[in-house]
Amino acid sequence: MTSTPGSGGPTAATMPPPADPTGRVHRFSRAERWVHRTTAWLMLLCVATAACLYLPQLAELVGRRHLVVTVHQWSGLLIPVPLLAGLVSRALRADLSRLNRFGPHDRQWLRAVRRRDRRPGSRPAGKFNAGQKLYAAWIAGAVLVMTGTGLLMWFTGLAPLVWRTGATFVHDWLALAIGIVLAGHMAMALADPEARRGMRTGSVERHWARAEHPLWGEFAERPDGRSGESRDDSPDLR
Amino acid sequence: MGRRLVLTMLGLGAAGVVAGPALQRVLESGLGAVADKDPTGLSGLLPNGGGFRYYSVASSVPRKSATDYRLTIDGLVDRPATYTLDRLRALPQTRLVRDVQCVTGWRVPETPFEGVRLSTLLDAAGVRPGAKAVRFTCFDGTYSESLTLDQARRPDVLVALRMQDKPVAHSHGGPVRLYVAPMYFYKSAKWLSGITVTDSVKPGYWEELGYDVDAWVGRSNGRDDAPTG
Repeated sequence: MTSTPGSGGPTAATMPPPADPTGRVHRFSRAERWVHRTTAWLMLLCVATAACLYLPQLAELVGRRHLVVTVHQWSGLLIPVPLLAGLVSRALRADLSRLNRFGPHDRQWLRAVRRRDRRPGSRPAGKFNAGQKLYAAWIAGAVLVMTGTGLLMWFTGLAPLVWRTGATFVHDWLALAIGIVLAGHMAMALADPEARRGMRTGSVERHWARAEHPLWGEFAERPDGRSGESRDDSPDLR
Repeated sequence: MGRRLVLTMLGLGAAGVVAGPALQRVLESGLGAVADKDPTGLSGLLPNGGGFRYYSVASSVPRKSATDYRLTIDGLVDRPATYTLDRLRALPQTRLVRDVQCVTGWRVPETPFEGVRLSTLLDAAGVRPGAKAVRFTCFDGTYSESLTLDQARRPDVLVALRMQDKPVAHSHGGPVRLYVAPMYFYKSAKWLSGITVTDSVKPGYWEELGYDVDAWVGRSNGRDDAPTG
């Protein structure tokens, strides 16, 4: 083969292919990422102040009880607000209905997790896997319960003492459970840089999406990811 | 399905509020027994593990020892005084064993406190006619408390030097704290450094924020706990 000026030489041969513009798949819209980030900061603030109120060592270190209580109450009360505000976003509403819907593949995913089966193909998932769906619903319910019990403790005139005692009991123990579950959420995110990139930049690598979310319909048919029916929308187990 | 899980959580939460007081009693006795034998101390971090909880309203609290601790008594008195820890120890000591009840709900049963009756210090200083109340200040720089003169003269109000049969630890308000047995524990000011006799009751730190000034256990702050006095 005759070389032409400028095209020969070793650089042309070993040059990696330029980043494929379709190599990344759109996963989260700007509104969804904003909601996640704001909720995450409020939650961290709420958990950090809770720790300073509750753990004696931290309480002794930080003091300032009145200030810490105020920050805890307001950060906690505001946690549901970003999600409620985000409901104006169609993308967010669409993802909420995906999270709400459990299909047969989700049952298979959970079975594989129970058996610690890590073979490719053993854990089918749509845009969200069954674990993410369970987490989303659990934490949503937990935040609402914490808000309700927290308000009972905050406004002591709202309810008789026996309710406040019960609210304190639920608030304390559920806080412990939330702490453990949140730590798991963050540990899983730490273990998966591409999942984090998805939440940070809005897009993920196509091969990651194919491996982790094989039934996520959108990326297969529509590289721009703007629309397309997802196979997630199949059999509904509600 | 996701929605159902959210609603289940809400239902469990409401059930927990209803069953909470009963469950708490069971857990308090169970966890209390475990905590007594737990060498790691981890059980103390669990909710309702029993024991005291640390509350401080200041950013940091200086440590005072026998060498630099001082308690001043002033205001409407004939003989203002400054006590060192040793002078307080040399006065007659009274030991009381009562439950401690916090206004946030926790209660520590049968806790011994030992110290000088506040009335002893007031008598030594000579309260002037016209005095109505006593104000307490603390070396954390922020906290304050008040009692009426009648409340302050009660025999179950101590300037406490010992708690749980040990010198009052720094985290419990040591070396010297107030102990007002019949009232919610926020009245028992930690890190006591000043006693001022005044002509009217001036609300203390938490009282400015809505807590009752006359904080009798079971008869104030909207609570009905068993009395401790």
